[in-house]
Amino acid sequence: MKNFIKLIIFLVLLTSFSSHKLLAESSQENLKVNWSFKSFFGTFDRASLQRGYQVFNEVCSSCHSIKYLSYRNLTEKGGPEFSEEEAKAIAANFEVTDGPDSTGEMFTRPAKLSDKFVMPYANEEEAKSANGGAYPPDMSVLVKARKDGADYIYSLLLGYEDPPVDIKLDDGVYYNKYMYGNNIKMSAPLFDELVEYSDGTKATTEQMAKDVVSFLMWAAEPHLEQRHKIGFRVIIYLIIISILVYFSMKKIWSRIESEV
Amino acid sequence: MSDHEYVPKSKFGKWFNDRLPLLTLRNHLTDYPTPKNLNYWWTFGAILTFCLVAQIITGIILAMHYVATAGLAFESIEHIMRDVNYGWLIRYFHANGSSMFFLAVYIHIFRSLYYGSHKSPREVIWIIGMIIYFLMMMTAFMGYVLPWGQMSFWAATVITNLFSAVPFFGESITNWLWGGFAVDSPTLTRFYALHYLFPFLILGLVILHIWALHIPGNNNPVGIDIKQPSKDTVPFHPYIVLKDLFALLIFLLIFAFFVFYSPNLLGHPDNYIEANPLVTPDHIVPEWYLLPFYAILRSIPDKLLGVIAMFASIFVLVILPWLDTSKVRSAIFRPIYKQFYWFLVADVIILGYMGAMPAEGTYLLIARVATAYYFIHFLIILPFLGIKEKTLEVPLSITEPVLGGSSNQTMAKDNSNLRDNL
Repeated sequence: MKNFIKLIIFLVLLTSFSSHKLLAESSQENLKVNWSFKSFFGTFDRASLQRGYQVFNEVCSSCHSIKYLSYRNLTEKGGPEFSEEEAKAIAANFEVTDGPDSTGEMFTRPAKLSDKFVMPYANEEEAKSANGGAYPPDMSVLVKARKDGADYIYSLLLGYEDPPVDIKLDDGVYYNKYMYGNNIKMSAPLFDELVEYSDGTKATTEQMAKDVVSFLMWAAEPHLEQRHKIGFRVIIYLIIISILVYFSMKKIWSRIESEV
Repeated sequence: MSDHEYVPKSKFGKWFNDRLPLLTLRNHLTDYPTPKNLNYWWTFGAILTFCLVAQIITGIILAMHYVATAGLAFESIEHIMRDVNYGWLIRYFHANGSSMFFLAVYIHIFRSLYYGSHKSPREVIWIIGMIIYFLMMMTAFMGYVLPWGQMSFWAATVITNLFSAVPFFGESITNWLWGGFAVDSPTLTRFYALHYLFPFLILGLVILHIWALHIPGNNNPVGIDIKQPSKDTVPFHPYIVLKDLFALLIFLLIFAFFVFYSPNLLGHPDNYIEANPLVTPDHIVPEWYLLPFYAILRSIPDKLLGVIAMFASIFVLVILPWLDTSKVRSAIFRPIYKQFYWFLVADVIILGYMGAMPAEGTYLLIARVATAYYFIHFLIILPFLGIKEKTLEVPLSITEPVLGGSSNQTMAKDNSNLRDNL
């Protein structure tokens, strides 16, 4: 058993070491938010996700695509859980190109639940030319594509400030203290009362940032709640069966004079 | 031999077993005499077998949904993560599985080094193991390319470009590897084909590895030859089976923690950005388990020599049974080797850390010293130590820790034979 404890300590050290080295280098410490989805039993705040969708839809989506999401995802368990009617109404606001029809022509129709989220630009080149040469990244997995994802994007949204006196910025470039290199081509997207929440929540910049980052976290990791739930059961199961196997092993090894 | 021995009863069973003794192979596996003093470091063989099988099963399921062309690979991964039933679970299991696989294989290898399991008469087991390890690295590298994220693409570019260092044929070789003039869709497709093939080669080699193990039997912490079967051994089933199972369950607990609670911790965020040949990431880093070799590669200023050093660092392991000249296996009885063993462990960890850091300034200097030490350990210290080191007295058997065994293996064996005859 002594060896066994040594082994566990070694494993823990090794894993913590390997994770540490990936977290090296950071210039500005990100703001820390107590996210509801972070903990062992973490789940999404349904209302926050719905508000987050509203912020995404009214603010972000004018430049950013979220192309791996479908409108049906909005109704799915573990997400914003809009009712089917609400999601259908949301989808119907967008036009998609379909076809060809029986005469060989392409046509547009309102989006359905099965459609992917409509993209603001037809392609990357159009997006770039409309945004001063910078490509607004797709938001489907953005949280996972940045180190310290949720906290980083939250910080970035709140990190706009006037540049220090010794720094001169070009036109269309903004100063953000959390951005890598501090220069960002997106102007501050959020300010107080930019959207009007239907549930009466006060639309402060912090609140909107929190809501939209929750939404993006869900978009990147739509099965997070299920993952946490199954993970808990798996770990409980493993602990119980480990105890049973441990005592079976002890019992069997007691037949011979040797420690296990 | 024992009363529980299986004998095929049916006519067909007898007929079949006479022609291929597959049915009575079970007897060999259950009765296989195993040293009773094996500690938990010996359970990683079973854990590794589990890892390989789990990787193959999850991999085959992923292959049913994955599309191996540059335009669709990234999207198909997102399809798996979002729309395939439990696709997220299978993919996270597979992705973290590779890290757990390497964690286990490193422990397994370092256990061998500590207890001298690579020495006579187990050299062939060791060499097969090293071939498995090399194939594992190739498989893991190609698997890392498949999601076609930024790190996938640039890791593939960096590693395949190493072959351009070959004199005269460099460019032809890289073009041949790529199937074009840069890493692109043909590269991805062939990596996928090989990523599917290699695990089955590994599986075949694992069978040989176990077969070769069952000829001399397991080494043990004391590192002495033991008579099989004897008072020093226990049958593999149920003793070792249960112990391996218990260790596997604890390993799975750690595994589950990664899969369910931090599935992306060991990955790189850049790999969630789709591959873009026009944008180079700031730091191109391989997965953690390849970092020591990456550090060796980068610490040599010349590209060709760097590649040679990297392959040499694996090759010295292959010839290790002949570099380590000491007749005593276990580090328990080799006080000086024990020190150097831990220096080597520290050295490899330092190399891994330097592999993750930018190759400049102090980092580069430390990486160079660590690379030099790595080779000094195997090429100078080990051969020299085998001749010079004063080893402690080795016991004659496990059950009776009587001293007086010779430090020479064959002598120890003779002594135990002598004792049995008395």
